[in-house]
Amino acid sequence: MREPRVLTAAEAILEAQDQALAADPAVFLMGEGAADPKGIFGTTAGLVDKYGPARVMEMPVSENGFTGIAVGAALMGRRPVVIHQRVEFCLLAMEQLFGNAAKAHYVSDGRHRAPLVVRLVAGRGWGQGPQHGQVLENLFALVPGLKLVLPAGPADAKGMLLAAIADDNPVIFLEHRWVHYVSGEVPEAPLPAPLDGPRRILAGGDVTVVAASYMTLETRHAAAALAAEGVAVDLFDLRVARPLVTDAIQESVRRTGRLLVVDTGWKTFGLGAEIVARVTESCFADMAAPPRRVGLPDHPTPSSRALAEAYYPRAEHVAGAIGALVGLPDARVAAVHATLAAERRQVPLDIPHPSFKGPF
Amino acid sequence: MNPAREPSDQELRDLYRAMLRIRLIEEEIAARYAEQEMRCPVHLSVGQEAAAVGACAALRPADQITSSHRCHGHYLAKGGDLRAMLAEIYGKAAGCCGGRGGSMHLFDPDAGVLASVPIVASSVPLAVGAALAFQQRAEDGVAVAFLGDGSLEEGVTHESLNFASRFHLPVVFFVENNFFSVYTPLDQRQPARPLAALAAAHGMPALEADGNDVLAVLKATKEAVADARAGAGPTLIVAETYRWREHCGPNYDNDLGYRTEDEFLAWKARDPVAAFAARLSELGAMTDTDSDAMAGAIGAEIDAAFGFAKAAPFPDGATAAERVYA
Ligand SMILES: Cc1ncc(C[n+]2csc(CCOP(=O)(O)OP(=O)(O)O)c2C)c(N)n1
Repeated sequence: MREPRVLTAAEAILEAQDQALAADPAVFLMGEGAADPKGIFGTTAGLVDKYGPARVMEMPVSENGFTGIAVGAALMGRRPVVIHQRVEFCLLAMEQLFGNAAKAHYVSDGRHRAPLVVRLVAGRGWGQGPQHGQVLENLFALVPGLKLVLPAGPADAKGMLLAAIADDNPVIFLEHRWVHYVSGEVPEAPLPAPLDGPRRILAGGDVTVVAASYMTLETRHAAAALAAEGVAVDLFDLRVARPLVTDAIQESVRRTGRLLVVDTGWKTFGLGAEIVARVTESCFADMAAPPRRVGLPDHPTPSSRALAEAYYPRAEHVAGAIGALVGLPDARVAAVHATLAAERRQVPLDIPHPSFKGPF
Repeated sequence: MNPAREPSDQELRDLYRAMLRIRLIEEEIAARYAEQEMRCPVHLSVGQEAAAVGACAALRPADQITSSHRCHGHYLAKGGDLRAMLAEIYGKAAGCCGGRGGSMHLFDPDAGVLASVPIVASSVPLAVGAALAFQQRAEDGVAVAFLGDGSLEEGVTHESLNFASRFHLPVVFFVENNFFSVYTPLDQRQPARPLAALAAAHGMPALEADGNDVLAVLKATKEAVADARAGAGPTLIVAETYRWREHCGPNYDNDLGYRTEDEFLAWKARDPVAAFAARLSELGAMTDTDSDAMAGAIGAEIDAAFGFAKAAPFPDGATAAERVYA
């Protein structure tokens, strides 16, 4: 039997761009650092040597400007991939994203298309602090006309990035820095993964859980530990936050009567708030317990690992929320917590992976 | 008649005709605005016709322009469809945006009007992006960004100039300095230095042209466009001109006191359309009969276009949610 082909999500993203650049001369990359020696956490490493500086374009520090330039090129039929090393850098480009990218197709009554991808890397850990550690996925999910994609692992990272590049709409591709380190099997062929919404990654009948981006991984750990205590989670990886498709989630909630949403942003006004509201509107009568959310508390991201530990929910918190939803007795919740803490023991809480040595 | 003259008499008459047409269209919008059927903001370009016409006369159909909230003149000068423009202002399905944009979003992909955007300076990078597309495809197209003096205060303009210069892109930044951003005069917003001086900071040449002189504008734009087409990169053109009517709407607003009636009258005396008519008649390039015939034909076209726009059906409300995604 053939060995599985294992890549990290960062390597999968690199491979997707490499294959897209090779396949379509209209595709090009634009980013601060896209052609530098470190290549955006390795996700563009070597591409400038292969495709040249006209297709792997090093950018001036002009986020709004080059986003607008990318939109203009996209209107002319090019397929730019804009890359920001931190979500916060893209805040300077919201005017072009919310205005020109999101509305080009609508306001032109369908005549314009803006096939643009914006890759955003969300920071976490190693003291990233208040202005290098925000995900802000709800902000990017806000505006009709943009798509928002949240890969949680390497296969989707590659497949959904290929699909995003092939898509005729502006797609925000939000990469959690800790997802970059996740490894898994990735097919070599350039197979797009449809941007069609949530995917069930565990089947269970006790509780419906929707998780997004990196929190999908924490939730998977929680669900595995809960399984040992007899709790069966129907777990969805959200994958695409806009357009938001909740049909399968609703179908699940009608069976389980219980819903938890786990995202990477602030709980207040977060993706969880929207998903809970939408599902509750149609499934209220089937619900056996009030729906719940796990998200960040209402304060900025602190730098010190002592403070950050209190800030970020982990598998233990997710398990606690699920336990409360299904009425798991305290002693059995404690057993789940003990399992999860033991699994986590080797890796400090402020890094994604034992190999991680900072500084970003 | 001097057939060797450059531009030819016919070209001179075409320039005049294009300016007169914009003037008459804008005046007709102003005249009919009180009917309350054009239910969207309008930013008229009366007084600024020479800039739009002179600049667009230097372009080919496949070249691209971008504009701002004050886009009627640019759209028409580049060849944008009049009926689609008026239908858009009337909110009709036959509008260039199908009624989704209004007067500040005029575009016509067939005529090379890529986009108009009513967020100050927001369309400037779009023109640079169009120029990047031309360069990437090794085509000899040129993009022109029309911007106001106010746009020079926005960061994205400087980001766009920097980028265009760095990558030697075939784009012309055409600044119409009409001395006001809404009611705020230039000297309250910017230091006392020539606007054209900004070009040097971005490593590109600047040209200045009398924005009320269509031939001066044409000459400057031709030079900039020729450079851009030849791969020599971008140029900043600054043309001084004046908006006659209120910032937004059909009326005059000198009574507000943000500018003097004398200043307005001095600019009005330099009417770019009338001055050019006088010049052509002096040159013997246009007779009164010619200009009367032109005005008559344009008037008939405008009447027909308004008739079309007013009679055209509204879009079906049920389609408002369509075309969010391609
Ligand atoms: C980003 C932004 N800020 C403010 C406004 C409000 N506004 C509309 S038009 C305008 C004046 C802009 O002046 P200028 O660029 O010189 O163009 P003009 O109106 O003179 O043609 C302003 C400030 C806007 N539309 N967009």
